[in-house]
Amino acid sequence: MKLLFTIQGGDFTRAGHPSSEVKKVLKQLDIDGKTIKNIVIALYEAEVNVVAHAWKGTVSVEIEENKITIWVSDEGPGIADIELAMQAGYSTASKEVREMGFGAGMGLPNMKKNTDELHIESEVGIGTKVKMVNYFS
Amino acid sequence: MSGLPNYHALKVDASKCIGCTHCMKACPTEAIRVIDGLAVIDHERCVDCGQCHRSCPTHAFYVEQDDLAKIKAFKYRVILFPSIMIGQFPEKYNETQIYSGLKKVGFTHVFEVEQPIQLLIDSVNEYLGNEENPKPAISTYCPAVVRLIQGRYPSLTENLILRKAPHDLAAHFAIERLLLEGAQREEIGLFYATPCIAKIASVKSPVGERESIVDGIVNMNHLYNEVMKVISEVEVEDNSVQRYNLSEEGILWSLTRGESRHFGSRSIAIDGIHNVVRFLERLENDQVKGVDFLELRACDQSCAGGILLTGNRFLTVEKLERRAKRYPSAKDISESTISVDIDELKQKLDIDSISPKPLFIFGKDRVKAMDKMTRAQRIVCSLPGIDCGACGAPNCHALAEDMVNRRAKMSDCIFLQQMWEDEGKITAGKAHLNVQKKWGTDRFKADCNKRGRRNEGF
Ligand code: SF4
Ligand code: SF4
Repeated sequence: MKLLFTIQGGDFTRAGHPSSEVKKVLKQLDIDGKTIKNIVIALYEAEVNVVAHAWKGTVSVEIEENKITIWVSDEGPGIADIELAMQAGYSTASKEVREMGFGAGMGLPNMKKNTDELHIESEVGIGTKVKMVNYFS
Repeated sequence: MSGLPNYHALKVDASKCIGCTHCMKACPTEAIRVIDGLAVIDHERCVDCGQCHRSCPTHAFYVEQDDLAKIKAFKYRVILFPSIMIGQFPEKYNETQIYSGLKKVGFTHVFEVEQPIQLLIDSVNEYLGNEENPKPAISTYCPAVVRLIQGRYPSLTENLILRKAPHDLAAHFAIERLLLEGAQREEIGLFYATPCIAKIASVKSPVGERESIVDGIVNMNHLYNEVMKVISEVEVEDNSVQRYNLSEEGILWSLTRGESRHFGSRSIAIDGIHNVVRFLERLENDQVKGVDFLELRACDQSCAGGILLTGNRFLTVEKLERRAKRYPSAKDISESTISVDIDELKQKLDIDSISPKPLFIFGKDRVKAMDKMTRAQRIVCSLPGIDCGACGAPNCHALAEDMVNRRAKMSDCIFLQQMWEDEGKITAGKAHLNVQKKWGTDRFKADCNKRGRRNEGF
């Protein structure tokens, strides 16, 4: 089954909506709690990334019998050096964003930790596409 | 009393219910549907939070209870009640008058449940001290919250603290005390005055226990009325100093922050079921960091807001806070006044395990479940999205789910009906009949005294 959401850059009050909705669906499918938690954490991080850095983005989700695939794409500044961004503590978040308690540089590493597969494509000045896959046990 | 599986004391009086949908909208687990013009509770989903009872403008919900005459069967008749009971009575009655009122009703022994509370504090602290237990640890004090977590947040079940509530402690304590006085176990009848239906369910079908230790349940508002009939107007000396095991902490226990003030270096207390729901969503998403202890209560102002209380909840809180100041701190009550085997009593506070009982799953077969959910999603697209409740389901999404689970029909949605009528798919007569079937003929009659008028019940 498929789900689609849009994210507005800069609006932290709405971050967490797609991940909550996805969680609801996975709970109804009786996916085990640990797996759901991983997925929700990874997706929430991805959402916050879009809100903190980009202008707008979309989340599209496909749930199949044995796995969930999530694509998060945004129109934004892009990531110049993905390898570097994957390191814990590395952050380009603005001061304002950090003051709100976000942007500690744990986003990508946290996403990696909580997904089975993570692919990131990015073009500076255009945007970023993230694909995350989690398998159900 | 042997444990009853899934007991719920809350019932709907069909002669009073007008199917107004207020309760259905208030329920945190979407357990209510209006069927044939009447509210019907799905007992699998109900967590006994009491929201529906509160929101009913015609007082159609009632709470089953045991017959008070049952106490006559016992030689030692113990009434166990939470301290908030005392906070119900008008100021002019002191504790001694209330206590003797309870005896006049027919009880031989009067026990407030929050004693000896220090045992429970120590026991919970010991639990929290064990690094292996997941944090934040969630109190199991409010049975409605425990059931909400089991059903709606199954993955958080492991965070529940495996310790019993004060009424269990008090029940065991009362038994031990009476045995010391020379009573035989079968001569002792324990009756619990409850502030809410959640406690009834937890006493009658205890989570993680086979047997209930209590012999009967009395609704607190009923007991209040009984006591008010016999209470003496003559002022007597307050003998509260004789309640050796009652402490400041015990009296405050059932109020908001009553537990959280004691536990963990970072604790949070939340009251009101919808506040609890919102917080648990966050917790489940792993967005709550560093908190050790959570006190979650279904009612606003915790048990002072229980649905079986008579007094105003804010006045009750204020009275209890004043009362608590007159009592010693739990720490200052020496173990010798407890006078029963403390280690044994402590052991009785442990719960073996609490298992998740997910309520919202679409069946075990994942492929079929996904198919159903996809269909529900598609149906939602055609529904108006205003959650009007005229279909008898709490919102459009719930209706769509009911449809794919074959519990509702497309024609239940009055908007869809209207559309079909317009498209000539059904006749106006048939459409009218459909609505009539759902809501009864009375709903269409002009009647200025119709129940459920504006402001009724406020
Ligand atoms: S008691 Fe609470 S959970 Fe049960 S039906 Fe009423 S509102 Fe719903
Ligand atoms: S807060 Fe107290 S009165 Fe309310 S449901 Fe929970 S235990 Fe019962």
